Formats: sequence, C-alpha cells, structure tokens
Amino acid sequence: MVKQRIFASFILIVGLAVGYFIYASEPGISGAIQPLGSSYLSKFKFKLGLDLSGGTHLTYRADVSKVAQAEVGNSMDALRDVIERRVNLFGVSEPLVQLESGGFAGNEQRLIVELPGITDVSQAVAMIGQTPLLEFKTERPAGPEKDSIAKAIEDYQKAKTAGQEPPFSPLLFQDPNYISTELTGRYLKKATLEFDSQTGEPKVGLQFDKEGSDLFAKITKENVGKTVAIYLDNSPISAPVVREEITSGQAQISGGFTPVEAKTLVGRLNSGALPVPIELISTQSIGAPLGEKALGGGVKAGLMGLIAVALFLVLWYRLPGFIAVLALAVYVVIMLAIFKLIPVTLTAAGIAGFILSVGMAVDANILVAERTKEELRNGRNVNDAIREGFSRAWPSIRDSNISSMITGVILYWFGTSLVQGFALTFILGVLISMFSAITVTRTFLFSLGVTAKNSLTSFIFSSGFHKQ
Amino acid sequence: MFIIRYKNIFFAISGILVLLAITAMVYKGFNVGIDFTGGSMTEVSYTNARPDIAKLEADLKDKFPGSHMQIAGEKDLIVRTRDLTDKEHTDLVQALSDNNTSPLTEKQFSSIGPTIGKELRSRAWAAILTVLLGIVLFIAFAFRKVSEPISSWKYGLITMISLTHDIIIPAGIFAYLGYEVNSLFVVGLLSILGISVHDKIVVFDRIRENLRLRVGATFGETVGKSLEQTFARSINTSLTILIVLGALWYLGPDSTRDFSMLLFTGVAIGTYSSVFFAAPLTVLAERFQTQPKKGKK
Repeated sequence: MVKQRIFASFILIVGLAVGYFIYASEPGISGAIQPLGSSYLSKFKFKLGLDLSGGTHLTYRADVSKVAQAEVGNSMDALRDVIERRVNLFGVSEPLVQLESGGFAGNEQRLIVELPGITDVSQAVAMIGQTPLLEFKTERPAGPEKDSIAKAIEDYQKAKTAGQEPPFSPLLFQDPNYISTELTGRYLKKATLEFDSQTGEPKVGLQFDKEGSDLFAKITKENVGKTVAIYLDNSPISAPVVREEITSGQAQISGGFTPVEAKTLVGRLNSGALPVPIELISTQSIGAPLGEKALGGGVKAGLMGLIAVALFLVLWYRLPGFIAVLALAVYVVIMLAIFKLIPVTLTAAGIAGFILSVGMAVDANILVAERTKEELRNGRNVNDAIREGFSRAWPSIRDSNISSMITGVILYWFGTSLVQGFALTFILGVLISMFSAITVTRTFLFSLGVTAKNSLTSFIFSSGFHKQ
Repeated sequence: MFIIRYKNIFFAISGILVLLAITAMVYKGFNVGIDFTGGSMTEVSYTNARPDIAKLEADLKDKFPGSHMQIAGEKDLIVRTRDLTDKEHTDLVQALSDNNTSPLTEKQFSSIGPTIGKELRSRAWAAILTVLLGIVLFIAFAFRKVSEPISSWKYGLITMISLTHDIIIPAGIFAYLGYEVNSLFVVGLLSILGISVHDKIVVFDRIRENLRLRVGATFGETVGKSLEQTFARSINTSLTILIVLGALWYLGPDSTRDFSMLLFTGVAIGTYSSVFFAAPLTVLAERFQTQPKKGKK
C-alpha cells in the first residue's frame, strides 16, 4: 500500500506538472500574467484548424496524364515545391501545402493548399494559380495520326462556321503540328531578361538544370533542321528552328514580347513554372470571426460538460466518483498535452471528438464502481471488493475499447481531413482513457487503503439515493 | 425480468420507430449537403441593412440558375449554387453586394467539385459498412468461447442488427427535420456505432459471465439477471455522455450543433436498444434454435 501511495502521489505531481505546461504554453489563457517559462513554452501552442482560426483551403487536381507513370511521384513533389515557393513569397504564416491521392482508385493526384488568415479567396487563387506552365514540344511526324487530328479540327471548324453542332472528339485537344516532350518548366534552373543585341527586342533566357540540359541536348540533337515549339500555358509562343545540338542547357524565347511582358514572364518563371497543369476543384474559406466564435463555443462546451460530469460523478458515486474525477482530470491534461506535442490540428470536429471521449472515458470508471458496489453487497471488505471489481469489469472494458479502436481506425482510414481530425482525437481518447481508468483509478483507490467495513465506508462506496 | 417477459412490446416499439425513420427517409429524403453533391455555399454578412432578397434573387437568376438563398441572423445571407470557379465567385459576391451599394463581408465560402462529392459519398458508405462488418467479426471473435446456448456469431449478428437500428432512427430524425447531411453526419453515425457497441458488449459480457457461473435456470432468466446487473451502468454511462453532448449541443460551435443533436439521439437510442432490443433478441435467437418448429412462442 505504501508503494501505491507513492505511485499515486507521483501521478498527481506529474498531472499537475503537465497541467502547468498546458497553462503556461497558452498565452491566450494566462493573459497578462507571464507564468514561468511561458516564453519558451509558447511554441507549444495548440494548433488550430482553419475552421477555428479562419483561412482558406484549396484543393487542386493535377493533370498527370502526360507524365510517365514512374515519374508521377517526382512531378508531384516538384509541383508541391513550386507552389510552396509561391505561397511563401506572399508571406502567409504557417501555410500548408500537401499532396493527396484521391479518386476511387487513388489515381487522382491532388494538391491541398491551406492558407491561415487569408480569407480573400480570389487573392489566394490568384497567388497560386497564375504560375505559368512552360512546355517544349517537337514536330509531329507526318502520318495518319497527324492527319486525323488535323481533320478533326478542320471538321470542328467547318461545322462551327456552318452553324451546326460541332462534332466532339478527344483529338481536338491535341496539337496537329507538335507533340509534347519530357522537357517542361520543371527542369528550369532560372530565367533571365535579355535584349537582342541587334534589334533590342526583349527575350527571355532560360537556363536548365543538369537533367533539363541533358533532355534539351537530346531534343535538339534529334531535331536538327526542324522546329521546336515553346508553349506557355498551353499556347505556342515561338517555334525556332534548331541549327545544332545544344549541350549548354541554355535556350531563348523570343515571342514578340514587350519589355514589361518579358519582365513579368521572367519573374513568374523564376518563382516556378508548374511541372504539371493544375485545376482548382474545391475551395473553402472561413472568416476569422466565425472561427473564433466556433473555438469559444467548443471550449465553453468542453468546460461546462466536464464540470457537469464531475458533479454527477461525485454526487452519485461519492468516493469512487471523486477518484473518477481525478482520473478524468489526469486524462484531460494528458490528452491536451498530446494535442500540443504531436501536434494534432484541432478542428471543430476534433474538439467534438475530444468532448465525446471525455464522456466515454468515464465509462470504465462507472463499470468498475458498479462492480465494486456489487462485490461489497456480497459481503466482501472494501479492498477485496475493489480488486474483484476491477478484475471482473476488465473483460468488458477491454472488449468495448477494442471495438472502439476498430471504429476509430476505420474512420481514419476512410476519412477526409475533417473526419481524420475527429478520428485521431477519438483513437487517442480511447487509448488514454483505458490508461487513466486502469492505472490511475486503480492506484488511487488502493492507496486509500480502506479495509474496514462500517457504515461510513459502505456509505462512501455506495451510490444513488437508496438506503444502505 | 420484465424486459424479457414483455420483449414483444419492445420489439414492436423498435419496429415502429425504425419504420417511422424509414418513412421519413423515403418521403422527405435527405437534405444532402454540398460535400456529397458538389456545389457552393457562400455566407455573407451585410454591414448595414440586408437588401431586398427578392431583388437579389431576380439578379442572380440568370447568372446562377438554380441558386438558393436563405437568410440567417439579422444581417446574414447564405447562398447555395452549383460549384463556382474563382471568377464566378467574385461575380456572385459582386451581385450580392448589389454592385457595391450594400457593403458586406464574406463569412465563409466553400465550393466543392462534383467528383469530390461523389468520392466522399462512396467513401462514407464504405466506412459505415466496414465499421459494421469489423464490429461483427470482432464480437464473434471476442465471444468465441461462448457457444451455449447460442453461438458466438449470433451475438455478432444481433449486434449488427441492433447497431443498424441505432443509426437508422437518428438518421430518420435528421431526414424528418431536414438537417443537412454532410461529412460530419457520417462521422456522427460512425461515432454512434462506436458508443453503442460499448453498451452491447457490456451487456453481452455479463451474459457471458453469468452463463459460465450458471446464474438462472433458463437462458431467458440469465439474460434478465444480466440486464438487472448492468442496468445502472448502462444508464449512468449514457447519462455522462448525454451530459457532455448536451453541453456541446447548447454551447458548442454552430458547425457541430446538428452533429451533437444526432449523437445525442443516437446515444439515447443506442442505450435503449442494448437493454430493450439486443438482449431480448438473444433470447429470441435461443427460442428459434431450441424450438425451431414452433416459431417464436
């Protein structure tokens, strides 16, 4: 029992320390008082989701149909890097740019951009979307393929001028004269503004990286005497004739730019040409005041819920109820500390999951308390009854929590980010509540060391309003 | 135990509730949110008085066919349309501000493409069915040593039937009230499954233990005794969960209000069904097994 008491004090001290950590690392609650270590700890602030802090969430679909299967991963990584650079240019704090495979077979490549604090969607979209897509294309060899594309386009235009419904064909999206190569803006090292020494015409100079230089050398070597077209955002800008193989990895675009146009293009190319085209498929933005209100509501609901549950437990289950409240407090501080340390991004759904888990965490305590009471009624002394209560309640605590874990894991598996936020708090809640119910409650109850059986002990260990 | 004795009454109550819920779903249908259908939702708050809605509606009619307006609070307006591009979104806000004559701030905007909607919908179904299946398999496994008088997979099956009962009723209430069915709704249904299976396991665990201890002369008596013993726990646990959910419902953020209502009813129904539906079903299963010819009497 001495051992139990030492352990119980240890749990209480650790619980208090963790509680202090949560308090001191949250400048919002500690306010003007600066608790010890708060300047260091404030980097462990809760990480709030966009629905609580306000901001914009954008989902893009990347068109990787032109990229070789093995290269998709690389292109998507390059895409993420480029968008990240773009976003960082605009000085958003803690932006999030991540890749996601979506679609029914996970074959759709997506890019998620989260911009906290930005609620002007148009501004956000403009800042990401206007990145130019640079492509190099070679001449399409003459043959049936070229003819059929040309014919499809011709038919389309004929029908259109004749005022008829134009025939649709996937060939319409192809260029009859050029085919794509692997060389895209992805391999661009830098772009510079140059002026032609004779005509003074502005030009854009391109310098490829190592891989791009090799590709460019290969393309120029194979196409000596032919044209190589340079496309920007799917429209051709220039198609110079290749005179010889170029191994230096340098190229120039002269597309009749005005100096201003050339300068913007250089800027845009340098901040990153997109390796693959993207299309915005979903937008969500939430104003900061709405987020703040949601956060306030969540915190208030959590606090009131906790207080009400604590009151209920103490009034109904008396001493075991009080112990359950202590265990619950330990549970809450551990969960909050985990949210800070992992860190778990808190959303309204996540907070709801956490509040719900508080209710469920009590379940194990209630099971044990009820079981202990039964054993007391069977004439055991308090200590034995507690021991028996625990061992008898254990199978149902174990089985019900395993099934909750199954639910949680499946939720996480299938979920979108919103659902995953909920699932994560739910899974953590189940795990930590098992720990708090079994270890904490058990230690506290045994450290009381009640062995006597008299009217007082049977009163504080029983429950409800009935007579003894 | 009265619950076992009058089990047919409770079966009837459950049956009627499920029927009502299905009727609500069939006749009223679900108010499916844009998560699942694709579309856009714009919420704006006017700085001064809200302009005339009829006029705004007329303005939007040509440009955004099928748009739907809903007033909220004193100065807020929620507009739903098909999914919008960035340009269309700017045009919409411009139109709502009556070409800048009624200044407004945009509180939230979401636009979801139809492919994402379709994908979320199929994922939601897959999640619900997988959770149900996972739970059944687990229960059949956890109760594998209990084969007398009814085999362990029957506990699994009964759990699945009563869990389905537990989500159909709140879903029917949702349909009846016309609340929006979105991702959170699915999360809510899955959480109900998670919470309510706790209850069922606790009751079944007690039956399992009492069968081993040979409490009660017949199976029905054993189940009745087990219910008596777990009754206080069932009520008190769901009471604590209902307390926190009640707090979330009344004080929590608007975005999780419908969700807490769903869970609140789900937990209440789940607790009810563990005691008054699932446990009596085990007795029924045993009757069928021992007297297959005579049917349920």
